[in-house]
Amino acid sequence: MSTLHNTSENPKALKLGPIGTLLMGDKGGQRLIMALIAVAIIFPFCNLVFSEGSFLHVSTYTLTLTGKYLCYALLALSVDLIWGYCGILSLGHGAFFALGGYAMGMYLMRQIGDRGVYGNAELPDFMVFLDWKELPWYWFGFDQFWFASIMVLVVPGILAFVFGWLAFRSRVTGVYLSIITQALTYALMLAFFRNDMGFGGNNGLTDFKDILGFDLQSNTTRCALFIASALAVILGYLISRFITTSKLGRVLVSIRDAEMRTRFLGYKVEYYKLFVFVVSAMMAGVAGALYVPQVGIINPGEFTPIYSIEIIIWVAIGGRGTLFGAVIGAIAVNYAKTYFTGAFAELWLFMLGGLFVMATLYLPKGIVGFIEDAKQGNGTSNRFYLLFKNTPFSKWFSKQSSKGSV
Amino acid sequence: MSLAIPKHLENAPILYLDGVSVSFDGFKALNNLSLCIEPGEMRAIIGPNGAGKTTMMDVITGKTRPDTGTVLFNHKELNELDLTQYDEAEVANLGVGRKFQKPSVIETLTVFENLELAQKGGRGVWQALMHTLTNEKKQKIQNTLELIALQDKAQDLAANLSHGQKQWLEIGMLISQEPELLLIDEPAAGMTDEETMKTAELFKTLAKNHSLVVVEHDMDFIAALDCKVTVLNEGSVLAEGSLASVQKNQQVIDVYLGR
Amino acid sequence: MKRIITSLICIFAFSSGVQANAKSDNLIKPPGFADAIETLALANTGNSELSQPKIESEKNNSQSTLISSIKSLDELAGQLITADYVTKKEIIRNIATLKDSRALPFIESILQGELFYIKKSDQLVYRQLLDNKKYLAVSALNGSELGEFKKRKLKKIGINNNLRGEMKTIIATLKITSTDPILREHAALEILKGANENTLTLIDLAISKETDSSINEILMTAQAIIHLKSVDPLKRIDAIKSLEDSLYVESRNALMLFINENKLNNSETSKEEITYAQETVNGIDKLVTLNNVAENIYFGVSLGSVLLLAAIGLAITFGVMGVINMAHGEMIMLGAYTTFVIQQLMPNHAGLSLIVAIPAAFLVSGLMGVLIERTVIRHLYGRPLETLLATFGISLVLQQAVRSIFGPLNQDVLTPSWMAGTFTVNAGLELTFNRLYIIIFSLLVLATLAVVLKKTLFGLQMRAVTMNRPMASSMGIRTGWVDALTFGLGSGIAGIAGVALSQLTNVGPNLGQAYIIDSFMVVVFGGVGNLWGTLVGAMSLGIANKVFEPMAGAVLAKIIVLVAIILFIQKRPRGLFALKGRAVED
Ligand SMILES: Nc1ncnc2c1ncn2[C@@H]1O[C@H](COP(=O)(O)OP(=O)(O)O)[C@@H](O)[C@H]1O
Ligand SMILES: [Mg+2]
Repeated sequence: MSTLHNTSENPKALKLGPIGTLLMGDKGGQRLIMALIAVAIIFPFCNLVFSEGSFLHVSTYTLTLTGKYLCYALLALSVDLIWGYCGILSLGHGAFFALGGYAMGMYLMRQIGDRGVYGNAELPDFMVFLDWKELPWYWFGFDQFWFASIMVLVVPGILAFVFGWLAFRSRVTGVYLSIITQALTYALMLAFFRNDMGFGGNNGLTDFKDILGFDLQSNTTRCALFIASALAVILGYLISRFITTSKLGRVLVSIRDAEMRTRFLGYKVEYYKLFVFVVSAMMAGVAGALYVPQVGIINPGEFTPIYSIEIIIWVAIGGRGTLFGAVIGAIAVNYAKTYFTGAFAELWLFMLGGLFVMATLYLPKGIVGFIEDAKQGNGTSNRFYLLFKNTPFSKWFSKQSSKGSV
Repeated sequence: MSLAIPKHLENAPILYLDGVSVSFDGFKALNNLSLCIEPGEMRAIIGPNGAGKTTMMDVITGKTRPDTGTVLFNHKELNELDLTQYDEAEVANLGVGRKFQKPSVIETLTVFENLELAQKGGRGVWQALMHTLTNEKKQKIQNTLELIALQDKAQDLAANLSHGQKQWLEIGMLISQEPELLLIDEPAAGMTDEETMKTAELFKTLAKNHSLVVVEHDMDFIAALDCKVTVLNEGSVLAEGSLASVQKNQQVIDVYLGR
Repeated sequence: MKRIITSLICIFAFSSGVQANAKSDNLIKPPGFADAIETLALANTGNSELSQPKIESEKNNSQSTLISSIKSLDELAGQLITADYVTKKEIIRNIATLKDSRALPFIESILQGELFYIKKSDQLVYRQLLDNKKYLAVSALNGSELGEFKKRKLKKIGINNNLRGEMKTIIATLKITSTDPILREHAALEILKGANENTLTLIDLAISKETDSSINEILMTAQAIIHLKSVDPLKRIDAIKSLEDSLYVESRNALMLFINENKLNNSETSKEEITYAQETVNGIDKLVTLNNVAENIYFGVSLGSVLLLAAIGLAITFGVMGVINMAHGEMIMLGAYTTFVIQQLMPNHAGLSLIVAIPAAFLVSGLMGVLIERTVIRHLYGRPLETLLATFGISLVLQQAVRSIFGPLNQDVLTPSWMAGTFTVNAGLELTFNRLYIIIFSLLVLATLAVVLKKTLFGLQMRAVTMNRPMASSMGIRTGWVDALTFGLGSGIAGIAGVALSQLTNVGPNLGQAYIIDSFMVVVFGGVGNLWGTLVGAMSLGIANKVFEPMAGAVLAKIIVLVAIILFIQKRPRGLFALKGRAVED
């Protein structure tokens, strides 16, 4: 657990300004934000300025791929906020991500205008294909960027609010909550696969042309989206950090570790859960919205339950409850995924499966926790402890017993 | 439901349980239990394991809904309230603090943070998000730390405290909540004799401006509290009076003390 | 019974009046091919009063009078080339009346669009595609080879829809005399579909010869449908009567047609008839609704038993042990693959291999379960969310392992013949045996498990360990092994579920994924730690799914049920049959 600071305790806080205050004592976070700023400047610069053959050139492919990872990083942050700090294991965050993506996709779809295959200025191609005569009511307004942007937040937010209100109020917790979030995602997936939902069914939304009048294929647009993603991660990080270092953050931790006790202290646990759940869903929605223009498609496959579970592993691998660990985890796992699915497609699922098992057994605090433990040299690194658990060697590795973190 | 108490609130009991019954799958944990605590009173509750002491606290604090009966609480401003209509957090905010049988502090937070969380006020989500620790509040926490003798451990994780220290921290948290009525379940369990006596002293101090209900098995502790005693058995009151008088009660000896 | 009697009355009234000769004939001759030809001949001479007007009209604009005098297949067939559709119909009818064994395959070939003629020589041929892209023409009449032709040198004998319907009926009538009851039944259904005045005679004939009561019923329905158009009111009434409770679509359609047509007439009699017909239709509708309800419940219960099988194992691992095993679906999949492998090992014994597969699948999945428990889950007790993640990882590994070994495609698992049949309740309701077996099987598994838990030492130890671990272990129970075996038991039952599922769905690496969410829903809905809850939960979900399905479609039904559960769990967070008490809360 990263130590939490009482901001006003430290007189230096006043000098550092709000952002500095947030990052005080958070070495990992400081470095992460430095790195993100650097990447946000260097990648687009190297892409636009250096020509293709140059040694310093960053290809558009790499740029887009990294942009995608940044969206995943934001998604992982949103999951860490609720799982790491509040103990809510949502197996449905892929759904919020996808909903944000769909909201953006709808805007991009409307931007196509009459450049579609059927040349209908009003209706997207798939609607013409289904022989629909007019735009369904829920598509109205999506030709405006501002409206779509609001929906990116509102739609996942409302779903999270309604679902969370029902679930938290009746105190559905732990694995039960996980299972019903998964069922929710599954139901949404089935729904979005239906043609008459009006979201393009199987094929989803694709063939986008431009965003805010800029061509989606052009390098400059891609660089802009990349920078936007990096900024979104930074902003997401700061917001999460603001929440988790506030007293509210400590209430969340207290809910995670002793929910009943927190109630008896007079905190309305359901409201707190609802708050972070909605904030987290909105962050996931933003991640989805930035993801869609970069990959150029959104389809119901994004709702697949397994994707939602994969997010958890990013966070678990990176280090739960550390925020920057989630970012590292998302990027590391996805980089590995890209590499291995390319090089040894067969192996990837073995590896992913193995990661799940290894991370829970040997790395309960993730990479970040492992490094911290190693640095402190306190000899209780869980990996060794567990490897030699129940053997005569175990006492070599554990001066104090390791504690489950769930 | 007939209200035996007058509408006037000055001298009304702070807590009044009337005909409370709770059953779990047919087993009656509380059986038509009635109990009356006067404002400023300290009351000790004893009884064999399974008598329903903890269940009684569950009912008062909104954790368990009774099948029948009412739990009236005389709130400073809101007058009589039926606590069975509120949930745990609401009951706590009305001014009923509770300490659990098993010490339960937030182990992943520091001692200071535990007390900060417990400190009265700022229960809303938005308030918590925007919360800043004023010097006045910090001073209060400091005072509490001294009261529970944990000032050296303020920045330690609660997980690293000893069992007795955790009990004290929890008592400290309870005090920070500034409740009118304190419900304390087996506070002395796991304490050394010395700690036990110190705790008894602490409660007696607290009793000066709070109402207290203390459940305990330790007879020396009860004796040190020097207050009225209620004996619970099979979900209802078996005897009530001074410790000396209940200790002489043949029924009490049969079901509890004699064993 | 009532229906048969009314039909009999109807037949009696009919045959005594119109075609006594046909009947007497049939009593003597044994059923055979030639009979059918005779039947057709009778039908085609058109001496039925009912068919009179129509035939008249056809005669007027065709050359049918000309044709009727010609008697050989070769001659009749030759005329097909130039004839218009109406004439073709006449010709084909006449061909059917010939006592020629070539007639049936000949007419069938026209229907299939396989009959061609050589443009130059006007010879009727069947064609065969050769390697050189040319066609070999074989005479349709004597089977001799007539040489190779280019595609456009051969022209098809065209037919239209009207003719197609007619030919189907004709073929059916030719087949109705077959000795194979299944063929006869098909033929009878075909006749029922195309029932018209022209076929009446042959229907009467067939009825009088038919020994199989269910086929007879079909034929009598067809007869009654035709009689609805009779000019004789008595006959019509009888026909309506015999259509009471008849569940064939054709019966209801015919009655509706009857009602609609006669509404225009305002005579007293027809009014009565219409009300009677309407009542009959209402009766049929009621019966159909009843049938649909029964069918939906049957489907629902059978889906429920599949869910039950899939969820029983979970009820043990999740319900009893509190371990959330996301690899449960893969245990089911392993069971299904075990079935496949065993079938490969004993290819000629589909039935036996299925029986052998049950214990084998139990062992394979059970051992895998023990392995998983000992290596992974053991370290994660008390950390449910991490157990969830680790077992999810295991599920990915198992899926990929199976994909690597057996390939990504679905495997064919054979269904033994004794599972294939159907059980006919009435004309509108048929229940398939495989579903019935699954229902019985799932209940057997549940009962066995209940006995194991209640009556055996292992069951006792298992319950002891889950209720109070330290106490159990101090009494000398090896809790570690009890855990492993309990987990193995749950997994083994999942394997058995896989055997059953291999008979219902595709056996592929993703088999388990399809059931895991549903299984969890069953356990969550039914409540944890109670086999009754699992049973009730599974059946409710199964039936709910199937009841919504006709209204909303399969996908929407599933969504509705999922959402309903999500709402339900708000009301009862611990399911229908929840355990109460502190143990659950901690
Ligand atoms: N939530 C519950 N579910 C089932 N039984 C309970 C529950 N809470 C308490 N009980 C039962 O009620 C009885 C009273 O328990 P409790 O109030 O804890 O006794 P005490 O605190 O006096 O030892 C005990 O027999 C206990 O098993
Ligand atoms: Mg107790």
